Parts: sequence; C-alpha cells; structure tokens
Amino acid sequence: MLRASFRKEGNAVWISHLDLMRVLQRAFRRAGIDLKHSQGFTPHPELSIALPMSVGISSDCELVDFTPAEGVELDPAEVPARLNPVLPAGLTVTDCWAEGRKLKHLVWLEARLTLVYDDGVPDGAAEAIQALLDRPELVVEKHGKKGPVEVDIRPMYRDVRLKREPDPAHPREDALTLTLVCAAQNPTLNPLLLPAAIERYAPEYRPDFTRCRRLRVLDAELEAFR
Amino acid sequence: MNAEIERRLERILPTVQKPARYVGGEYNQTVKDLAEVDTRVVFCFPDTYEIGMSNVGIRILYEAVNNMPGVWCERAFTPWGDMEEAMRANHIPLYALESHDPLADFDLIPISVGYEMSYTNILTMLDLAGIPLHASERKSLHNIVFAGGACTYNPEPLAEFFDFFSLGEGEESTVEIVNCYRSAKRAGLTKDEFLHEVAKIPGVYVPSFYEHRYNPDGTLAQIVPLHGAPAKVTKRIVQSLDAAVFPTKPIVPSTEIIHDRVNLEVMRGCIRGCRFCQAGYTYRPVRPRLPETLYRQAVDSLESSGDHEITLSSLSTSDYKFLEPLTDRMTDYCAARHIGLSVPSLRADNFSRDLMLKLQRVKKSGLTFAPEAGTQRLRDAINKNVTEEDILKTCEIAFSGGWNNVKLYFMLGLPTETDEDVLGIADLVFKILNTWKAHASNKKRGVRIHVATAFFVPKPFTGFQWEQQITPEEYLRRARLLKNSMFSKSVEYDYHDDRVSEMEAVFARGDRRLGPVIEAAWRRGAKLDGWLEYFDYDKWQAALRDCGIDPSFYTTRGFGLDEVLPWDTIDPGVRKDFLKRERERAYRSEITPDCRHGCAGCGANCLLEGGVCDA
Ligand code: SF4
Repeated sequence: MLRASFRKEGNAVWISHLDLMRVLQRAFRRAGIDLKHSQGFTPHPELSIALPMSVGISSDCELVDFTPAEGVELDPAEVPARLNPVLPAGLTVTDCWAEGRKLKHLVWLEARLTLVYDDGVPDGAAEAIQALLDRPELVVEKHGKKGPVEVDIRPMYRDVRLKREPDPAHPREDALTLTLVCAAQNPTLNPLLLPAAIERYAPEYRPDFTRCRRLRVLDAELEAFR
Repeated sequence: MNAEIERRLERILPTVQKPARYVGGEYNQTVKDLAEVDTRVVFCFPDTYEIGMSNVGIRILYEAVNNMPGVWCERAFTPWGDMEEAMRANHIPLYALESHDPLADFDLIPISVGYEMSYTNILTMLDLAGIPLHASERKSLHNIVFAGGACTYNPEPLAEFFDFFSLGEGEESTVEIVNCYRSAKRAGLTKDEFLHEVAKIPGVYVPSFYEHRYNPDGTLAQIVPLHGAPAKVTKRIVQSLDAAVFPTKPIVPSTEIIHDRVNLEVMRGCIRGCRFCQAGYTYRPVRPRLPETLYRQAVDSLESSGDHEITLSSLSTSDYKFLEPLTDRMTDYCAARHIGLSVPSLRADNFSRDLMLKLQRVKKSGLTFAPEAGTQRLRDAINKNVTEEDILKTCEIAFSGGWNNVKLYFMLGLPTETDEDVLGIADLVFKILNTWKAHASNKKRGVRIHVATAFFVPKPFTGFQWEQQITPEEYLRRARLLKNSMFSKSVEYDYHDDRVSEMEAVFARGDRRLGPVIEAAWRRGAKLDGWLEYFDYDKWQAALRDCGIDPSFYTTRGFGLDEVLPWDTIDPGVRKDFLKRERERAYRSEITPDCRHGCAGCGANCLLEGGVCDA
C-alpha cells in the first residue's frame, strides 16, 4: 500500500468525496499507473481517501491510499511527477510514501477558517470570538440522522488563534483568520460549526461568509501524521 | 476568471446540489489566452451538465471549433432549478464554464437542440444570460444565437428565437459559420448583411428569410422565400467519417454524468429504415467508419481520459459492417486493462453467440431488445424487421449463456395498432418466459423481464410524419390492457400517464404559431420539461389557451398528404415521395428490405460525392 498526500483547492473544492474517487481512479490510469483491482462483477481500481470532506472546503493535507497492481514496480518518489500533469486543475499531489501509519492514529486536524465581513470586520470581533471559543463549554445544534441535536463541541477543538488578516488567496478582503486544531475522527468536527456558534452566541459578529481550509493532519501528540 | 462572478459563486455553490457541474475546470477542457483570441464561442446545451456532457455531438464541435487558431469555444448548460434560483437571487448571469465570463460577452452562441421538451431551457439560458429572447430584438453582430441538432429538422416552433439554424452534421459547417462571422466582424457588416452571407453556406437556414402563410382552416397555405432565399435548404454531411474531426482528448467530467465513458461512433445512418424513427431517416446516408480508425480513436481516447468503459455507439451497432474485426481487437485491448466494452442497440436478428461471449469476457450486462410491436403484422407495418423466431432464438442463446435479465421496449399507439397487437406483446413476453424455463443455465437465479412502453410520437421526415397520434387517455387504456394481460411475477411493467409525449408531438410537428406558446409556458414557469420532477402539464395547457392554440391540430388531427408541411423548406436527403411510399407499404404491412439487401432509393445517397451508399 502506498499513501499520497494532495492539495484540493480552487474549482476542485466542489468535487464531492465520491466523485473524487472517480477522478483519482481515472488519473491513475492516465498516468499509466496500474492499480490493484477489486474482485467481482465490475472490477474497479481500489483506492481510499481518508477523512471525507464536505464540498467547498479546501485542503493542503488530503490523503489517498492505493495499491499498485501485482508486478508493478513503482517508486513512490515518482508519483507526484507522474500524477500532477494528468490531474484536473486544483488537485496537486505533494508527496507519496510507502508504509503510512494506521489511520486510527490520525487524531487531529489543523484548520484555518477565514471569517469574511463584507462591510469590514466589526470592532472587538476578534476578542469576542476568541473569548467565546475559549469558554469551557460550547453547545451548538448539529444536524444528526434523527434531526437536530445539541452537542458540546468544546472538547473537539483546541489551540484557537485569531488574527485580523485576510486569506492568502484573497488579499484584499477584510477578514479574520482563525486557526485551530480540531478532532479528525470519532467524531470529526466540521469546522463550519464554529461560525454557527458565533451566529448563536455573538450574532453581532456573525461573518457574511466563512471559508475553510485543512492545513495539516496530526497524531494524538500533535505531531505530523504520515 | 471573472472575479465578481467568482466571489458570488463561492457563496452560492455550497447551497446547491452537485456544485461540481457549475465550475468547469475538468481535465482536458480547453483554455486559451484571450490575447490571442478574436472570436469567442460558447456552445450551449439546453439541459443539465450531466446530459449535455454525455452528448457526442457537443464534444465533436467543441474540438472542431477549438482547433481554429484565434477562436475559443467554451460550454454552458442549463442550471438545475436550485442553481437557477440562487443565480437569479444573487445576480449571477449565465456564464461559460471555462472562463466564467458571462454569455453576453460572447460573439457566437450555438445551441444544440436535440429534444422538443428542452425548448423552455433555451429561453431560461438566454434570459439568465440577459440576452434578448427574440432574434429580432438582437440588433447587432454581437451575440449571434443559432441552433443545430435533431430538432432543427423542424425548426419552425423555434424560428423567432434563433438567428439561423445549421442543418445536419456540423463538423465542417460550424467552422465555415465561425469563419463567415469573423470576416463579417472584420468587415464591420451589419447583422442583416451577415445573415445574407451566412445563408450562402450550404446547410444554413435563416428563418426570417421565409414567410409562412396560413389557410382559413389553420393549415399552412404557402411558404414564401424572401430576399432570394432558396426554396429548400439541404442538410450537411461529412463525406469521410474517417477524416472527420474526433475528440481524442475528451473532457473528463469531475462529476458523474449519464454516459460516463468513451463513446465511439462506429457509423452514421441506419440501414434499417424503421418507419417511426426520425434519426433512422435523417442520419442517412449510411456510412461506416473503418475499424482501423476506430481502434486508434478508442485507444487514444481511453488513454487520454483514463475512462474504464467504452461504448460502440450508433443507431444500430450490430449492423456495423466491421463489427467482428473491431470487437476482436477491442476485447483484447480492453480485457488486459479492466476496461468494459459495451455494445448497445443490439438487434435480435444478428446477435451472435460469438459476440455475446466476447462481451462477456469483459462485462456482462443485461440484454436489451426493442421489438417495438407485439405482432408480426405490426412489426412489418413499422418495418422493424425482426421476427418472433429471432427474438426467441436470441433469448435462448442468452439464457443458456447465463443471462437472466431482459429488457424489452415497445411502443403503443403506432399507426394501424389494434388491441390484438397490444395483447401480442403479452404473448411474446409469455413465450420469452417459456424460453427461459426451457433453456436457462441456472434456474435458481430466476429471471427478470422488464417491459417498457413508449407513447408513439409522429415525427417529421419519417414514414409516419402525416399520422395521427392517439390521445393520452387511449394510450392509458392500451397500457392498462397490456398490464392486465401479464401475470408472471418475473415480469415487470410499469406505465404512467404520459402527457409529455402529447406535448412532444405538438412541438415535433409544430409551426411558427407555437413560438409564443413556448414563451408563454416559460413565463408561467415551465422549465426542465424533460424531467418528471419539473414537467407541468397544466402550465402547457394554460400556455396553449393563452395563445388560442388547439393542440389536437398537431396531434390527433393528422396531416393531409397534400398539406404544406412546416418543415417543407428543409431537405434531409431522404425524399418526400419515398416517405409517402413507406407510408403506403406500412398500411399494407409490407416491409422494405434494409440497405444491405438492396438500396430502397430513399434519396439520401444524393448527398454523397460518389452517389452510392456504403451500406
Ligand atoms: S440511398 Fe439507398 S442505401 Fe443509401 S440510405 Fe437510402 S435506401 Fe439506404
């Protein structure tokens, strides 16, 4: 099994998890990398993408696991250079290696939220939001399978930092940049619940739009996960 | 990228279904440097991205136009209802997928119209783009809107919306049209001057150059060509399919579409001549592609796209004369690479065990047949030259080969159909079931026979172009009769109240008086009418009433044999006297042998340089 990390940004952020599988399967074919196929009625190349992500979120640290077909010699170091020319715009493989750690050790995700205010960041917003997110408890409404439920998301994130700073991709916007470390799985925290919490508890600081990017995947000790 | 559209899009895309279809950026899309582009074209498809990107024609023309230096061709599709609403609420005009520039910025706006029930989508797209709906309101050379595709064989209901129509195969004529436009723009011609120039290109029909006059009884009296326009405009064909442009670097959608695979068109035209089938007549003359060309195109497109499925497509692929040598080479290539090869539109009469086994090596899908009618008499009348024996024989081969899933397609409401023909369908299904019982290799798995019926729509340029359509109530009665005559649990047949086919029939044989009906229905909110979740019969009924049009004039009335037909200006190659002869033979239940058994003299060969079809 090999593992590659890739970026998902630009128009590619609108590709759903399932569609991304199709996109990558085709890209491997175009790159001439023959993957191990599943057995059965309609054999398909086996690959799996860790931590499904909602559409609209960009990422620097997506992971895909794949197994080359039997007899295929593949140097992981060559993989980015072979895949990148045949990927749609917005997807870039940054690294590839053998023997990735078990996914259960992927515990935390570092993420960046850009809170965009069309009429400028309100005075005191950074301080108020920082104080809100540092409370000992933060209950939000989540849409579960059985309708809305109230959950305390406070245990699911840490290390919140706020700065009045635009998103690197949109330098002219007036925005707050919020970085945090949040739970990657069991259960995962959708970082977009944070603007929902702001709307609920500090509506005067509600951003007009929130952009989200995954920055790094981390293990339980907050070390880079590979 | 257009920054303002980008900013607004980012905010609405998270709120709509399947946003990937609205952003472009797919692998193999064409992007050009605007500094080197003098003419911008946006190919529009009046249905969803998923349907449009499955259309081979659009992909071919995208390639043909983008092969022209200095011209950049992009794409636009009809947004789904949620996206349309979000775009309107956020003042996002319809934009092209590649550049995200608004459609109003484009020089030429060709629209591919393949289905009558997509007419309102044309208006939705123009309106969302802020482009005036009527040709007469678009005064300048900017935003020239023209159409191609199957519906242009009777373009009259759309006449007021389009500047011109491009008839037949567009590989060459589209390039000529773009070039004509470029010279007009350079020379500073007016729109009117340009229309006179473009009308000189063979296959181009400018509706405003014709006046339609009516009799007191509502039938057409006369079509008067104005400004020296020709009495007939003949559709275009490409002389050599092997030399014709083909997209071997196909765009690979990043989201699932309807036909998510490489589509290889093995031939054009159909040797059969089923009397109800418009494509069967209008795609003539019959021309195969060489297997060498196809194999090369297949390998190129598969390697360039990374697709893992390929279809050999045409109106009747098992009639492709080089099918054996092609599938031989293809199956070897595909099997070694886990690529699925599928051959749709197999006919029961030449389905061979060999071919079946070959396909089985790669993938085993269900069997599909379209006997279209339940009795031999009616099959002869519609010239569907397949016998009960053929069908049962094929099923026998398939069942003993392990297939246990059959789909059967029929039509109800065909000319001369009686209840006996309807019950004949049940009879045939019963015999297929018995064939399975006698020959199934594995009976434990059971068998599934799906029966589907379509409500017959008489179409222009068919042997049945003059015929009456039955009413939706009568269609339902016949469907119920059939349903009540099939008892087995292995047989599935669901029918529904089909009002779409009635509307389809109105527009298929419609005239210029229907343009206002399309607009009225659209203003009442009709959209995406090809989709059951959107089609709203009441809106159409109201629109017809608004315009004082009785739909039965176009459906149950039938057209007189000597009546001037709205589509008489169009010449698709196949001649009217041939169609009349086909109609007479239908009434005598007399078949016309296929082109391979002898040319029936349909007239389409006259479009070929040599004058002889390679059937
Ligand atoms: S001209 Fe003859 S061979 Fe050619 S399509 Fe017509 S009937 Fe067939």
